Amino acid sequence: MTDMSFQGPAPAVARQATESADIFKKRIQQRYRAETRFKWYGIIAISFSIAFIALLFVSIFATGLPAFTQHFLVMDVPLKAESIDPSGKRELKELASADYFGVAGEALRDKFPEVTNRRDRTRLVQLLSNGAADPLRAKVLGEPGSIGSTAKLGLPLSANADIYFKGGVTGIDKIAGRGVLTPSGTTGDISLTSSSNEFSSRLVVIKRDIAERARQLRREADRIESSGATAAQVQQLREEARVLQGRFDAVSGAEALDDRMPSMLVAVNGGIIKLTRIDNATATGEVLRPLSSASEARPGSWEVLTLTTPESNRKVTDKEVVWLEALKSQGQIERRFNWGFFTAGDSREPELAGIRGAITGSFLMLIVTLALCVPIGVMAAIYLEEFAPKNWITDIIEVNINNLAAVPSIVFGLLGLAVFLNFFNMPRSAPFVGGLVMALLVLPTIIIAARAAIKAVPPSIREGALGVGASHQQAVFHHVLPLAMPGIMTGTIIGMAHALGETAPLLMIGMIAFIVDVPTSFTDAATVLPVQIYLWSDLPELAFKAKTAAAIIVLLVFLFVMNGMAIYLRKRFERRW
Amino acid sequence: MVTIYLTVFAILALTGFFAGHRRAIAVAGGNTRALHSLPTYHGMYTLATVVIPMLIVLLVGFPLVNMLAGQSAISHFPADLQADALKRAATMRDIVNLAGGRSMASVTGELQRAAASYSNVLNIGNWIVVGLGLLAGVGAIFLATGRISLTFRARNNFEKFVLAVLIACSAVAILTTIGIVASVVLETYRFFFDPAIKGKPGISEFLFGLDWNPQAAMRAEQGNIQTAYGFVPLLVGTLLITLIAMAVAVPIGLLSAIYLSEYAGPRVRAFAKPALEILAGIPTVVLGFFAALVIAPSIKGFGESIGLSVASESALAAGLVMGMMIIPFISSLSDDVINAVPQSLRDGSYAMGATKSETMKLVILPAALPGIVSAVILAFSRAVGETMIVVMAAGLAANLTFNPLAAVTTITVQIKTILVGDQEFDSAKTLAAFALGFVLFFVTLILNYIALRVVQKYREQYD
Repeated sequence: MTDMSFQGPAPAVARQATESADIFKKRIQQRYRAETRFKWYGIIAISFSIAFIALLFVSIFATGLPAFTQHFLVMDVPLKAESIDPSGKRELKELASADYFGVAGEALRDKFPEVTNRRDRTRLVQLLSNGAADPLRAKVLGEPGSIGSTAKLGLPLSANADIYFKGGVTGIDKIAGRGVLTPSGTTGDISLTSSSNEFSSRLVVIKRDIAERARQLRREADRIESSGATAAQVQQLREEARVLQGRFDAVSGAEALDDRMPSMLVAVNGGIIKLTRIDNATATGEVLRPLSSASEARPGSWEVLTLTTPESNRKVTDKEVVWLEALKSQGQIERRFNWGFFTAGDSREPELAGIRGAITGSFLMLIVTLALCVPIGVMAAIYLEEFAPKNWITDIIEVNINNLAAVPSIVFGLLGLAVFLNFFNMPRSAPFVGGLVMALLVLPTIIIAARAAIKAVPPSIREGALGVGASHQQAVFHHVLPLAMPGIMTGTIIGMAHALGETAPLLMIGMIAFIVDVPTSFTDAATVLPVQIYLWSDLPELAFKAKTAAAIIVLLVFLFVMNGMAIYLRKRFERRW
Repeated sequence: MVTIYLTVFAILALTGFFAGHRRAIAVAGGNTRALHSLPTYHGMYTLATVVIPMLIVLLVGFPLVNMLAGQSAISHFPADLQADALKRAATMRDIVNLAGGRSMASVTGELQRAAASYSNVLNIGNWIVVGLGLLAGVGAIFLATGRISLTFRARNNFEKFVLAVLIACSAVAILTTIGIVASVVLETYRFFFDPAIKGKPGISEFLFGLDWNPQAAMRAEQGNIQTAYGFVPLLVGTLLITLIAMAVAVPIGLLSAIYLSEYAGPRVRAFAKPALEILAGIPTVVLGFFAALVIAPSIKGFGESIGLSVASESALAAGLVMGMMIIPFISSLSDDVINAVPQSLRDGSYAMGATKSETMKLVILPAALPGIVSAVILAFSRAVGETMIVVMAAGLAANLTFNPLAAVTTITVQIKTILVGDQEFDSAKTLAAFALGFVLFFVTLILNYIALRVVQKYREQYD
């Protein structure tokens, strides 16, 4: 290129120069594009990780936060002497064993005198948690004089009712009535007639739904026919499909509502009717709450409620929804902070299950781990860093420690099972054994951190101490170790955080049992927080999903605090020499 | 009883310290400068002489008494029960429970006598141990204080003791490894060769069998169902999930490391680095729950919306989340390696007119390659050994398939499934878990070794 400029502006050369300049420009643009692309790959990669973390936290918090509150039924409970203390002697033992749940249930039943059916009465009482007996018992045992009076108490609701109020069961669409509605009665099965086509839009949806079901049945019939089902089965499906299709084709026909469709309730004249069959302007249904009168309702004074989740897909029936809504409209439902989550042990019933046992177990286990692995780890680090002669034995120990740090945690569980439980006959499920296994698991971490901290202390400190006549051990224990302490503490806290979150080895040594009691000693059967999370995550009840996420939030808070402490220590005490 | 012993232990140790301390001052006649060592060291020396024998008595005495008590109790039972390890262990449990005062459903006279003799021997033996300990401790105090003189090198002697303690602590790591190797190797040996174990497979059957069904093998003792301890489906499942994880983690982790070390400004770095550290600190049980709660259902939903049949515990979901777990591991290790490449290489490349990405691709990555390969191998070994994510998000059935949308199971899942709950230590099923543990331990060991060798062999020396 440089030669060209000497040759002067010959036209051909100039053309060549501009051509090659173009080529270079193009190539440079290409290279810059590649550069930008490469940079964007990095940005995308980072954003992906951050998006994942954000999704993780958002979904865990969204699932778990509702579990920190709980709904209570606040109601006046008559503490009838005949049911609490039939003998009238006020003996504590008798008072403690009385059927308080029955008392609470009776009080609730009295609020709904229209519920007479035996099955419905049972369902009504089951809106209360089994734990509803506890506040009653506490009240009576605290003040035996209150027997015979009426007490205003907050009773915990069952898990399903609680989820209903948290919005996890069904959505409710409310549409005000447009026409004048005339009910045919106040109780039992009644019919409703409106002056406008209130139900036509719903009817269309239902018909469409039926058509879809018919289509699915036909497809299913085709599928099993080709996969070799009997002709009778195929015929049966086809027949069902045909009936459904017929219902769809009859455009103006009335439709029955079943529990596979969203439920429709009509609230009119202070009562509630569950619709079982609708036409464009008329409907029949079953009265769930009695109407105050059968008089005509003006437009806008009554409404149609649609529970969007079909009844068969939820744990709370239409009747229960009506009862709960009635209680809520009387201001008797209160949402309170769920202290029980922190003060109770595990339970089979989600609304009563708490993490106190698991937290205590984790705490006991961490004490054992700390007491074992800090002295051992620090001393091993001191030996390896300060005293060990450079020979093959030391080499083996070093390689060995690095290897142990990479051994899968479940293998430590196998070690605990084979050696501690079977060989030394230690108790199963005990925090002591868990702590032992965890100590071995985090020992390499602590040794490595402690060695780094000791190595970071400058040799001048050691040499100064030696120079004024200290022995080697005095130099190390009096001068090097105190200076290395912040680093060692940081490593220890990180190791403990690791031990707190570790699950797999503890499953092996039986810390997975269902344990209700809060452990009080190192040899009691116990479980720990991460194992509790695992146990709850396996349970089918919806309410336990929220509990699991809530327990995860608690675990994450603990880890956050511990890591924060480690960072603070590092920032506060770290010295650059 | 151990509590009593420990109390005596603590009291004697303190007594020893003060006895040594006072004795030293007395010997020096108040002029401590005449002593070779400070009085504190004389005290510590005496303490050390108390600790050693008492610790030995503690660690040998109580287990020995326990064993003797067990023997004397079991000798009340007929010889054929004593020969059967399983029944023997069950009976021992009953004896211990009965002796511990817990109520039992059915108590035979034999059991009653055994429990009585058990608690008898235990009681007497424990008191003997406590007495021995007391004797040893007091004797040690007298012996040690007797040795104290002006010229006695208490500090040097105490420092020898400290050094021994330090060495013992370093040996714990070795003992752990020995414990791990011994437990997996012994149980694996029994799994393959112990004639008392029924329904166990041959080695080749285990290594090359295409069927894994330990439940069926349990029933084989009653019925006539083929034992099924084929390792291949587990291996394939583990590899499938691990490979998915690596496919996610290696590009993302590596690109993140490159971006953070070469492109990102201080503000991005201050935000992104802690974020990756948070990801590294999230317990795997949380990731497992997240996989089961969010990732698996959305993959299933998405797959079905485009007409694929996806298992609800698909390998893809477990692999994806496991990959996310591995990302910080790969990115921090690669970050270290990339930063270790000397600045002069970068400067040389920029001086030639290369862009950042060209420098990265043509100069830095080749220089850092051994370190990156080793990081990837380490990450692979960690993914193979990961348990909770796969326990919660992968399946239990051992399907031999490479389809990432199907449910597969892994080595760790099977170990956990077999060993959780009550297990009899002498069934082939339980021992199979240890055989899997053996495989897991040695696979990770070998992978770590390879990672180490890769770095050692191919590392460029720049200094």
